[in-house]
Amino acid sequence: MTALIYLDYAATTPVHPRVLQTILPYFSEEFGNPSSIHRYGQAAEAAVETARETVASVLNCRPEEVIFTSCGSEADNLALRGVMLAARADGRRRLLTSHAEHHAVSKTAQHLEAHFGVSVGWLPVDEYGRVTPEILRSALTEETALVSVMLANNEIGTINPIPDLAAIAREHGALVHTDAVQAAAYLDVDVQALGVDLLALGGHKFYGPKGVGALYVRQGTPLLPQISGGGQEGGRRAGTHNVPYIVGFAEALRLAKEERQARIEHVRPLRDYLIGRVLESIPDVRLTGHPTQRLPNHASFVFHEVDGNLLLQLLDAAGFACSSGSACKTGQPEPSEVLLALGLSRSWALGSLRVTLGMYSTAEHVEAFLKVLPGLVEKARRLSTLEG
Amino acid sequence: MSRVVVAMSGGVDSSVAAALLKQQGREVIGMMLRLWSEPGKEDSNRCCTPDAITQARRVAAKLGIPFYVVDARKTFHETVVRYFLEGYASGETPNPCLVCNRQIRWTWLFEHALAMGADYLATGHYARVVVGENDRVKLLRARDQTKDQSYVLHVLTQEKLRRSLFPIGEYLKAEVRQMAEAFGLPTALRQESQDLCFLAGEDYRAFLQRHAPQVNRPGPIVTRRGEVLGRHSGLANYTIGQRKGLGIASPVPLYVLAKEVTTNTLVVGTADELGTMELIADRVNWVSGEVPSGPFHAQVKIRYTACLAGAEVMPLGDGTRVRVRFEAPVRDVTPGQAAVFYAGDEVIGGGVIVPV
Repeated sequence: MTALIYLDYAATTPVHPRVLQTILPYFSEEFGNPSSIHRYGQAAEAAVETARETVASVLNCRPEEVIFTSCGSEADNLALRGVMLAARADGRRRLLTSHAEHHAVSKTAQHLEAHFGVSVGWLPVDEYGRVTPEILRSALTEETALVSVMLANNEIGTINPIPDLAAIAREHGALVHTDAVQAAAYLDVDVQALGVDLLALGGHKFYGPKGVGALYVRQGTPLLPQISGGGQEGGRRAGTHNVPYIVGFAEALRLAKEERQARIEHVRPLRDYLIGRVLESIPDVRLTGHPTQRLPNHASFVFHEVDGNLLLQLLDAAGFACSSGSACKTGQPEPSEVLLALGLSRSWALGSLRVTLGMYSTAEHVEAFLKVLPGLVEKARRLSTLEG
Repeated sequence: MSRVVVAMSGGVDSSVAAALLKQQGREVIGMMLRLWSEPGKEDSNRCCTPDAITQARRVAAKLGIPFYVVDARKTFHETVVRYFLEGYASGETPNPCLVCNRQIRWTWLFEHALAMGADYLATGHYARVVVGENDRVKLLRARDQTKDQSYVLHVLTQEKLRRSLFPIGEYLKAEVRQMAEAFGLPTALRQESQDLCFLAGEDYRAFLQRHAPQVNRPGPIVTRRGEVLGRHSGLANYTIGQRKGLGIASPVPLYVLAKEVTTNTLVVGTADELGTMELIADRVNWVSGEVPSGPFHAQVKIRYTACLAGAEVMPLGDGTRVRVRFEAPVRDVTPGQAAVFYAGDEVIGGGVIVPV
């Protein structure tokens, strides 16, 4: 098959070579269990605690406020379940979240509502997918225990005004969680500046390994553990530490901060050029998400009357790995809830395309992509209307 | 290097087809049609269940080929399922697989394959294509005569056959199974079934009852002489040649001879009334693309599972209709099924049997 050009860095990223080098010894020589008394254990514990300090310094928090998890979804789950179940003690049962959240948050909220007596308020979003301060203010009540709004949207790249939202929530005595899984590769995740009480991260979005995440929990936040067992992570998340991945997670996050400006300067001009060319060269196309308040590597579109899945298959066969709003590998596409929440009709929302750039993206990649896209959109459009 | 899209079902035949193409050094892309199934019955559909998709994906991964599932539910429902319901409404016994092959596989999927840049569409059918004189493509019966599926492929035109590959048509089913093992393909033996994919393993009558209850009204059972013998439960519940389940006490066995939809009458008779010497077929496809200049002798198959019967085939009018005269009476000639004409192994053409 044709060689593939990877344009799906929002789905996942390759492990950075420096991260990989950092990880490798912890599979073999440094294989100890951090909970063990002996020196193998001590070395492993030191590695985990050093990683925790590194993460804390990026997040601008204390090391003990960082809980390592198995992924971003687990971090989101721990935040929502842990806080909402603990909050039942003081009678706060209301959870506010938006229509444009990742499923790790929205499905968890639905689950809490269906099985744990939590009352969920769904915040509408504006046409760019943002929760505005006005929207949040009108929804907050004395009953609100937690507000969960993502820092940047995975599907449409839009950045939410988290510091403003957090300030308003705090006025009402509510805790604030933000899913920063997609954001952390390019945005500052300083929890003090953001003003949040909980923040979720996933390693593989910023050139770290898959299968490791972290949750920041502000000191003093009541949190009911969701995995019980050994006393790891201050008793808040049991399970033997995944030492190599935790080490890799921390190194990747450190690099993301250190190289942030350079990485942004690499992808943003390419991304801007890509968006401009797509909008001017293809009929019946719209940019989804905010034109400027968006992740710098993120471009997302909808094409009218195009089967988005089919377009992805055509792109893949032509040598370009992209994504859509609602990844579907079973041939049963449903429009993304996020795109519908923006007010798009079904015939637009089904035709979504997400192109996300990263450290190995080049101008040649973008140029080659722009060369084939119009023809493939045209093909997909023709096939989408093909009846029998 | 030619690029081939292979229609994969997760089953052993299409898996081996993909493996053979890959072995030939072609650039292979696996595709699976997501066909319509009744809401709530997706798991028991005969094809494209989540299990089948997973199986096909495993095969594709094993072969190192890309694999895509394409959503054909809407067009399948609008063409194949509608044809099925309309067929029963008009008193016929429709063969939706023929429509599926023509409209879904070799139109809809074919177009998708071309859009993928493919030169060929391959399937796991047991049949063969060879290029003959004047660059004309011939459709032949499979080497494994017991598995031959050329009957359901007679709808294909030269343009489609030229771009079609049937990699397992040269092999016996037993050989295909051996190759599957040799290729290391997952060969979990799934139930092979002749049932229609969207019936989800249940009887077509229950499906009709839900989707077109109006087509199935009770009416009289009569003989050729007009003698009323009883009541039928709805014409769609019976098949030509059916003996059991008529609910009539008779000194000799009775068989369904015909279904008269205008009077909602089921005509029955004895075994010697069952044979037919002649049939008319409509919507005929001539595989060569050319209408034969006059009557010709052929072996004719009137159902997928029927035996070949010697006959004279006479093109009528512009050749989209034919009259078929059998050399000896043929049982169970059923409107809605196809009559397919063979010369030796070669498929000359075929059409849909119409009521006379």
